[in-house]
Amino acid sequence: MESIRYISKRILQVIPLLIIVSMISFFIIRLSPIDPLAELRLNPSISEETLQKEIQRLNLDKPIIVQYLSWGKSFLKGDLGYTSAGEKVSVKLKERIPNTLLLTVIVIFLTWSVGIPLGIFAAIKKETAFDRLLTILSSIGMAIPSFFFAILLLIFAVKTGWFPVGGLTSYNYNEMSFWGKIVDLAKHLVLPVTVLFAISLSGLQRQMRANMLEVLDSDYIKFARAKGLSEFKVIFKHALRNAINPMITLLGFEFAGLLSGAALTEYVFQYPGLGRLILEAVMKSDINLVMASLMMGTIMLVLGNLIADILLMLTDPRTKGKSDKSGGAV
Amino acid sequence: MEILRKILQDKFARTAFIVLAVLYLIILFADFISPYSSAYSNRNLSYAPPSKIYTINEKGKLSFPYTYNYIREYDENLMQTVYKQDRTKKHFVKLFVKGEKHKILGIIPTSRHLFGVNYGGELHLLGTDINGRDVFSRLLFGGRISMTVGFLALLIVFPIGLLYGGISGYLGGIIDTLMMRFAEAVMAIPSFYLLIILAAILPSGMTSVQRFALIVVILALIGWAGFARVVRGMVLSIKQEDFIQAERVMGASKLRIILKHILPQTTSYVIIAMTLSVPSYILAESGLSFLGLGIQQPDASWGNMLKEAQEFTNILYRPWLLTPGGLIFIAVLSFNLLGDTIRDILDPKSQKRI
Repeated sequence: MESIRYISKRILQVIPLLIIVSMISFFIIRLSPIDPLAELRLNPSISEETLQKEIQRLNLDKPIIVQYLSWGKSFLKGDLGYTSAGEKVSVKLKERIPNTLLLTVIVIFLTWSVGIPLGIFAAIKKETAFDRLLTILSSIGMAIPSFFFAILLLIFAVKTGWFPVGGLTSYNYNEMSFWGKIVDLAKHLVLPVTVLFAISLSGLQRQMRANMLEVLDSDYIKFARAKGLSEFKVIFKHALRNAINPMITLLGFEFAGLLSGAALTEYVFQYPGLGRLILEAVMKSDINLVMASLMMGTIMLVLGNLIADILLMLTDPRTKGKSDKSGGAV
Repeated sequence: MEILRKILQDKFARTAFIVLAVLYLIILFADFISPYSSAYSNRNLSYAPPSKIYTINEKGKLSFPYTYNYIREYDENLMQTVYKQDRTKKHFVKLFVKGEKHKILGIIPTSRHLFGVNYGGELHLLGTDINGRDVFSRLLFGGRISMTVGFLALLIVFPIGLLYGGISGYLGGIIDTLMMRFAEAVMAIPSFYLLIILAAILPSGMTSVQRFALIVVILALIGWAGFARVVRGMVLSIKQEDFIQAERVMGASKLRIILKHILPQTTSYVIIAMTLSVPSYILAESGLSFLGLGIQQPDASWGNMLKEAQEFTNILYRPWLLTPGGLIFIAVLSFNLLGDTIRDILDPKSQKRI
């Protein structure tokens, strides 16, 4: 019961958060000197009727509060308006969000399955050559700008011709067999995944190592060792469980970092994801699209944090019942 | 100065400190060190490769370093322009050579440059870009923007974050809840998305100084919330301490307690946070300028110089255009190493060298 109450409370907290975010983004965009319908007006394939419908839908002739409320109402109904090219925003988002999720989920899965063991080993073998090497590699990984790394990989891909450059599928994707499609997707994913993987792996590995070191230094580990437990048991049964909990909180942050980091990577590799969509929308000052993708990005991020919180509650009994008022020193 | 001494004891931190000091010295004296100004452009030499410098002459004897000019030719077979060396005239590389007029540190007028070739020669250590501008010189001038943007943004982030977090944590109650909900909302927006949107709504037609200032403000708008939250957490625990209670009993005003007694307690955290967050601003600026939303041409920044690397032909055949990326990497790496060490020194409890 306790956990259900906690979860429902967390979910309820998300709602005011999303409302504030939508207000912030709405006012930022509306305060800009850009005419939200400029492109639509210039597009000859958009009829006067559609234009009038947009003006009415956005209430552009009314005060900004009314505009916001009506925007919120249609957003809840799932009506996100039209892009400046005349497509439905919702269709465009449906096309792009799964691609970004695919990329992010693969990267998170890979970083966790590689970064956690690496972090543990680095902590156990503290200050050996192995640990030093990892320290150097992760310092490099954290200092290289994602887009620059992406460009370097692009050079590599073009020179060797091993990987297709750009996009998510080949031009003849639709004619391929099921397995052919998977291989094709995988080949296109290798480069963007490598960039994001390398960059988030560095941070995760360092964090895991730090947590592990802190736990290994604690009294109960000393006690476990004094009790005569085997080193294997001490590390995997006692230390690991405690060291991994803070990582789960990090999962939410990582998701956020990936969403942001992915935008530049998607841009360089011409990957059809949400990040590139918002970039293109921003460059074309396509207001509907910007607003909608900003909200979608935020919702994904908030959901990521929510999932991390719930996971943490399931693994760490101490968080149960503690009222989460985002309080306490971080 | 205790901190400085400890930094110099650590091998990695010492190297990072020296690298950064050299970088900052170079960009400070960029006008003097670079052979050309950032605006200098030779339209006949777009995408010229780096000048080759010879120290052994054609007779096999040791000689003062010299270089040859490039001449642009159209190769009929390759169907493209190629650069050939003009072997008819040697141009010796000299120190303190006369060039464009400039002012060292903005005060001392001179036309001498640290090194270069005499009039008529062309010396491009790292080649030229599409407009025939000297990449090496622009790297130095670009460094001025890229390496300072982080510190300037911090000048805005810190007062806002400290005050916001301080007030929120000290007052508590409904004000605290409201202020923290707002900060969390700002943090919930994917930061890079917010960054590009804010940059994109900047009106066009600003002077480069105005644009630079606004980019700094935008970077600060992204960073303050997380910082304010941590400050609040610290204030919550500090305000329980006895000396704060005593102040309150003596009737000090709330603002006075926050400013004079609570916030100074957060100093070591502030220093750590400062060194640790400079690199993220450098990266953010470079990303923004790379996309064309940050610092605009003709001004140079490392990010907008890399914009040319968006073209395939450039990255494959003109690798010298990628050098700004290397410098961003070196700067960020050095700041990270330095930040780690400072954290260890100021906060020995956490041995996290993340």
